[in-house]
Amino acid sequence: MIDVKHLSKSFGDHLVLDDISEHIYPGEKVVIIGPSGSGKSTFLRCLNLLENPSAGTISFDGTVINDPKTDINAVRRQMGMVFQHFNLFPNMTIQKNITLAPVQTGLMKQAEADQQAIQLLRRVGLEEKAAAYPSQLSGGQKQRIAIVRALAMKPKLMLFDEPTSALDPEMVGEVLDVMKQLANEGMTMVVVTHEMGFAREVGDRVLFMADGKIVEQNTPAEIFTNPREERTKAFLSKVL
Amino acid sequence: MEWAQLYTDLTAQLVSGTDLPWWQDFFVNFYRAFVDGGRWTLYLKGVLTTLRVTALALIMGIVLGVLVAIIRSAHDQQRPGRRNPILGILNLICKIYTTVIRGTPMIVQMLIMGSIIFASSRNFTIIGTIALGINSGAYVSEIIRGGLMSLDPGQAEAGRSLGLNYAQTMRFIVIPQAFKAILPALGNEFIVLFKDTALITVIGGKELLYAAQAVGAKTYSVIFPYLGAAVIYLILVMILTWLQGKLERRLRQSDRR
Repeated sequence: MIDVKHLSKSFGDHLVLDDISEHIYPGEKVVIIGPSGSGKSTFLRCLNLLENPSAGTISFDGTVINDPKTDINAVRRQMGMVFQHFNLFPNMTIQKNITLAPVQTGLMKQAEADQQAIQLLRRVGLEEKAAAYPSQLSGGQKQRIAIVRALAMKPKLMLFDEPTSALDPEMVGEVLDVMKQLANEGMTMVVVTHEMGFAREVGDRVLFMADGKIVEQNTPAEIFTNPREERTKAFLSKVL
Repeated sequence: MEWAQLYTDLTAQLVSGTDLPWWQDFFVNFYRAFVDGGRWTLYLKGVLTTLRVTALALIMGIVLGVLVAIIRSAHDQQRPGRRNPILGILNLICKIYTTVIRGTPMIVQMLIMGSIIFASSRNFTIIGTIALGINSGAYVSEIIRGGLMSLDPGQAEAGRSLGLNYAQTMRFIVIPQAFKAILPALGNEFIVLFKDTALITVIGGKELLYAAQAVGAKTYSVIFPYLGAAVIYLILVMILTWLQGKLERRLRQSDRR
């Protein structure tokens, strides 16, 4: 589904991603872990071109997305993204947050989008918040809305950039539950997270990144119980 | 009319060399500066012109400012490898515009507009308005650009990641939020612009200060006309400040929905 070849990214002199090649298959749940500054978020943000690669190619369903001729908006419509800080639009109601993109991109009419928004809100148990503004919601509720907002575009793939890192501990569960539900429905997911429990439970594959490289990858069972690289062992011994 | 009669009597006494008490002297000067010969209509016309010039220059400034801000922000946010050469040229023009306008005194710009660029035109008020509008546009564009940049980049990223294009992201997400943030600065710019209208006097524009000067020249006394003009400016600015505060309070209320 996504094919990454020799991807490098540097900010000025600082090399953040160092020649990464990776493939993400349809329906797969890939979890990316690693110490901060390892390039996990940058890697994820390159996948929908929020960061421009310095070198290498990224293809989505056969289209090279970092080719200047590609219509990146059309590609992004098929990829949902969830941010650490939710990034809901504070000037709009929840309903409007969810329906804005489907209506404006011509995916559906307002009435249809409204209908879908109600269904999606019901799914995450927040249908009574449709007319509320983001500032009236808790962090966990905001993040569930952010997930729903991305789903409203009917994406083929969901990218999660540390979706629970900015939440109070008691709200992490409600967001992970929504993500697990999504995983069970067969959504392709790439998740950057520090939630090792989630990685173990949901991930098909765990990538461990450090210093701009994918140091090790394996099934969660293998990587958590039997890490091969010293770097991985050192990291896991600190977080587990 | 009694006041007119009193003025005539007192003036006659002054002319004949009588020393009047200070309050009678004050009355004569005041009457001469603002009432005699219907002079208050000059001030009134001046104030109306000042307000009209402010409004026109404000509209010009906002149109120019928005245009320049959009060009400059759009240029800065292009994807590498997809730079538009036309946008590059426009951006350069905008940069030169803001640098020149912000780097030279308003009064110099006014004189250049009046005596060099439009030297053959006699329509000084219009020329002055154009000069003010051009000047204001440079400041407004920087205010708007600052407002756009102050917004959390995550907001635009969220919009783009949903597949909205740049224009849609700006229109629905960035601009409505930036507008609220820049309102105080825009209000201040508006007040500065209002006071700067006095500068069009130097090229012969006929607004409030021009009226005061005309009366001063006619009556050989500038104290009352100038002080009067200052009071009128002050009162109008106080009204504008009050309106600005009201608008801001109203917008802030909607934050606590």
